[in-house]
Amino acid sequence: MKIKRFGVAAIALAAAGALTLSGCTSGSPESTGEAGASTAVITTNSTEPQNPLIPTNTNEVGGGLIVDNIFAGLVYYDAEGAVHNEVAESIETEDSQTYTIKIKPDQTFTNGEPVTAESFVNAWNYGAALDNAQLSSYFFESIEGFSYDENVEEMSGLTVVDDLTFEVKLSQPESDFPLRLGYSAFAPLPDAAWEDIEAFGENPIGNGPYMFDGEGAWAHNERIDLVVNPDYDGPRAPQNGGLDVILYADLDAAYADLQGGNVDVLQDLPESALATFETEFEGRSVNQPAAANATITIPARLPHFDGDEGKLRRAAISHAINREEITEVIYSGTRTPAKDFTSPVIAGYSEDIPGSEVLEFDVDAAKDLWAQADAIAPWDGSFQLAYNADGPNQGWVDAVANQLKNNLGIEAAGAPVPTFAELRTAVTDRTIQTPFRTGWQGDYPSLSNFLAPIFGTDAGSNDGDYSSPEFDALMSEGLGAADVEAGIESFQQAQEILFEDLPAIPLWYTNTAGAWGEQVENVEFGWNTVPLYHQITKSE
Amino acid sequence: MAGYIVRRVLQAIPVLLGTTFLIYFMVFALPGDPVVALFGEKTPPPQVVEQLRERYNLDKPFIVQYLIFLGNIFRGDLGVSFSGQPVADILAQTFPVTLRLAALSTFFLMVGGIGVGLISGLRKGGVFDASALVVSLIFISLPIFVVAFVAQYVFAIQLGWFRTTVGVGAPWQDLILPALVLATASFAQIVRLTRASVIETEGQDFVRTAASKGLSRNRIVPVHILRNSLIPVVTYLAVDFGTLMVGAVVTEGIFNVPGVGRTVYQAIIRGENPTVVAFVTVMVLIYLVVNLLIDLLYAVLDPRIRYAK
Amino acid sequence: MPSNVNTRPDQQHFVAPIEETPLVAIDAVKTEGKPTNLWTDGWRDVRGRPMFWISAALIVLVVIVALFPGWFTQVPPNNDCQLANSNAGPTDGHPLGFTKQGCDIYSRIIHGTSTSLSVGLIVTFLVAFLGIVFGAFAGFYGGWLDSVLSRLGDIFFSIPYILAAVVVMSVLSQYANVWVISIAIGIFAWPATARVLRAEILRVKNADFVMASTALGVSSFRILLRHVLPNSIAPVIVITTISLASAIVAEATLSFLGVGLPSSTMSWGNDISAAQNDLRTAPQTLILPSIALSVTVLSFIMLGEVIRDALDPKARAQR
Repeated sequence: MKIKRFGVAAIALAAAGALTLSGCTSGSPESTGEAGASTAVITTNSTEPQNPLIPTNTNEVGGGLIVDNIFAGLVYYDAEGAVHNEVAESIETEDSQTYTIKIKPDQTFTNGEPVTAESFVNAWNYGAALDNAQLSSYFFESIEGFSYDENVEEMSGLTVVDDLTFEVKLSQPESDFPLRLGYSAFAPLPDAAWEDIEAFGENPIGNGPYMFDGEGAWAHNERIDLVVNPDYDGPRAPQNGGLDVILYADLDAAYADLQGGNVDVLQDLPESALATFETEFEGRSVNQPAAANATITIPARLPHFDGDEGKLRRAAISHAINREEITEVIYSGTRTPAKDFTSPVIAGYSEDIPGSEVLEFDVDAAKDLWAQADAIAPWDGSFQLAYNADGPNQGWVDAVANQLKNNLGIEAAGAPVPTFAELRTAVTDRTIQTPFRTGWQGDYPSLSNFLAPIFGTDAGSNDGDYSSPEFDALMSEGLGAADVEAGIESFQQAQEILFEDLPAIPLWYTNTAGAWGEQVENVEFGWNTVPLYHQITKSE
Repeated sequence: MAGYIVRRVLQAIPVLLGTTFLIYFMVFALPGDPVVALFGEKTPPPQVVEQLRERYNLDKPFIVQYLIFLGNIFRGDLGVSFSGQPVADILAQTFPVTLRLAALSTFFLMVGGIGVGLISGLRKGGVFDASALVVSLIFISLPIFVVAFVAQYVFAIQLGWFRTTVGVGAPWQDLILPALVLATASFAQIVRLTRASVIETEGQDFVRTAASKGLSRNRIVPVHILRNSLIPVVTYLAVDFGTLMVGAVVTEGIFNVPGVGRTVYQAIIRGENPTVVAFVTVMVLIYLVVNLLIDLLYAVLDPRIRYAK
Repeated sequence: MPSNVNTRPDQQHFVAPIEETPLVAIDAVKTEGKPTNLWTDGWRDVRGRPMFWISAALIVLVVIVALFPGWFTQVPPNNDCQLANSNAGPTDGHPLGFTKQGCDIYSRIIHGTSTSLSVGLIVTFLVAFLGIVFGAFAGFYGGWLDSVLSRLGDIFFSIPYILAAVVVMSVLSQYANVWVISIAIGIFAWPATARVLRAEILRVKNADFVMASTALGVSSFRILLRHVLPNSIAPVIVITTISLASAIVAEATLSFLGVGLPSSTMSWGNDISAAQNDLRTAPQTLILPSIALSVTVLSFIMLGEVIRDALDPKARAQR
């Protein structure tokens, strides 16, 4: 997951269909080296990477944008989130547990080193080892030999067969493993990285479509200049001359620069522009659901929220929230009311899962359910919803609180927590005594990524301590299926259980909301909410 | 005089120790674990959190952390940020920019604020005086966000007189607009202070004496009235200079100035103790120097003020 | 007198015979009148000024609104906020329209008066008190006392306000009320006032009338209180009346950062912050509470002005 804290949580993604409607078509992502590729440099906005640019230590959008563009992994995701081979020649498995991965020959890093099976295996072992304390180490936890309790230098599940082939053995079958391989944590690293990994993080050497414009291309807090990697020979061949990433602390500044013509593509919008950007940049903007959602988590350990009473109250709260109205008024339509626990851009998404009626706004049902809960144990006190005040949350939290007040007739208010760190610490320590906001942005385009890590018994991000053996069984069934397609049905059945129990109340999907200037064309936003920069062209 | 300066420099030592201790403690006391926040909405594996806490010395008791930090400072090592950048580099990168911005803003305040205040004071109760009051009131009751936003929209986007945000290297010409916006925040104080001081000075005997000597207004106003009115104004400007150094978070954000304000703010929010403490330490130093200079300037503005040996 | 110098009409008097100048009055001292006093003189002076009555009336009005909001509006400020009314214009019974959350703006301004005015006044008094005590002693006595007090001020001033406020308010979050907020703001704001007063006292303490009092054997504390302070107070009045506005805005910043008053507490600052993102689409939601703030501050500035004039015998004589 890429963390986004200071900006508006909306980032970048659009289905190709919408772009066609808005007149911004793009060539097939597979098309490479088209004649007429422009040489002009694209300027865009981002935030200062919060960690050194080591793929396994990059877990937020600022660093993710750079890593994704200077590294090429085994596979990459197109705009719709479909997976295509990039460095991989083939990824094969018979049992969804052991994968044989062959990579393309003659691939090089920008320092001339060849990309080999070792490049992947060493990078993954580094990322997984406890002593290295990499922020994305959990991506390797399903590989056999991974451990949180001791430092494992070389995981037993990774075997190099020859220069261009390696084998991955998982500790259990997981059919969506190939889907994950496009995430930045799975990028290869050259041997040069091991000489001084800290220095490498400052001036990384990759194998992607772009590369650093010389030593020190990262001017901290100001910009990162990327130029085209002339040796890149893959499906993401740049159609422009490079990428100047301007680092903003405040999206209002970035928006002003787009208006002032200093920025070509804005992958994110400030709250103050949400109501106006679509008219101001007519035909040059995007607003589509993305692979991210917002939820309210109400742990069962809180008074009045356990057992049957809790189920009734959570359902009542869900019915009492008018999602349409909040997304329209507070977010000017840059959020899409939720119909499930995942996201509409994920393959297998359905808005008609049995039980999803609980997400419909229905004051009478809400009052009725709340009264039933009161019959079990009368409600007292005030409903508080905790959020971090250093992010743009106050607007929607106040709106939700007002709706609960008006529709359930109870006291309700937002409970601001000054910093994200404080909120997350209280959530992680289980010291938080109120319901709290949660959200998830997909790591890779798979239904299970939105379900297993959050609702699985004892799963890493199960902040509400939800546990349902039925749910767990269905998830295992889905992951053990022959392929991703075959698993979808089990995942949807698992969501039916979630709708019953509502361990988290889905609110809305975060939309991609971005805009661009007149001089650029072929702007398309990827499933992971970031524009596909390599295919943007710019008139000079 | 030299003795006075030496004494003031020596006083800086306890002030620095006191401030770093206080700041370190404050950041330490901030609720929330900065390491947990590094993982975003995802709940991190506890073992990895332990590992990271150890790396950043966050697992040690407060006083040990502070002493390690202090020891490192004496060795010239200010530590590294979470992004792996040496704090010394961040200091070297951001302070010049903010100093320029603060200096420019102070310059505008001196010219605009003192000028308007002087005219207001000399023509007390007139139309100019009243309009100056209204304008400075508007600036003070609107959040600086609004002033910055409107100034950027009108002067940069619509009229194109300035670049919308500050470009690479933060050149002077790009800093003009943010400096003007920053100046509006203290404009009211400077105008009112100058005005009050001018009115008071104008009633002083030496001004009447000068007038009775037949000196022209052109000489009385700058030499007698203005010079003798400047002490409170200059003091306030110095105080304000300190505020401008670190308090410009919003303006720096809107104009994308890679300065001290937003760096410190982000470091506070992220719980990056070494960064916050290093910045505040430099801030204190600047503040002490500016105050010393101002105290010396008093003697120039008013020869009656003398400092004991 | 050289003829090429521009002379003012009143300068003629200096060459007038002594009987035509006010100096003649010095020979005839009235002994039956009550002794004059700075404060009674001041009051007599103030009574005659329309500006005093206007500002006083405004302040009384604001205070009444703060104490009895129910007299001015029947609409509850925080209940029945409907998003359907978001940013809507004035309607019957809602003369100023609605906020983004669909709450009644007029009612929120009326009900926010109490919080904003209290924070403004408490902070202003705190800043004035601490600033005057620290600044007066540092400036008047000088030496080691000056060093200790001034450096203490430096420490307080160097701590970034946001950090200090977040820490103080996080620690005291369960006691977040108007007093705690005001103290958290005021405790880091006084050094500016102290420094300005100290500077002014450094200047004034060398004046002839201070020397004269010293020569007469008046105790030094009495000199400070009776002579130096009244003659140095003008800049402090200016700064504190304006800092009333800064304090009201600072309260909003704290709320915005999540360490202020609970969101169920109405305040002008809170509404101004909340409206920031709608500047493009609904500027009135921001401007209306700003006007309330401006008018209040204006009335205090005007009052401060009148008081300053009244306390300055020279300015009074000039009229």
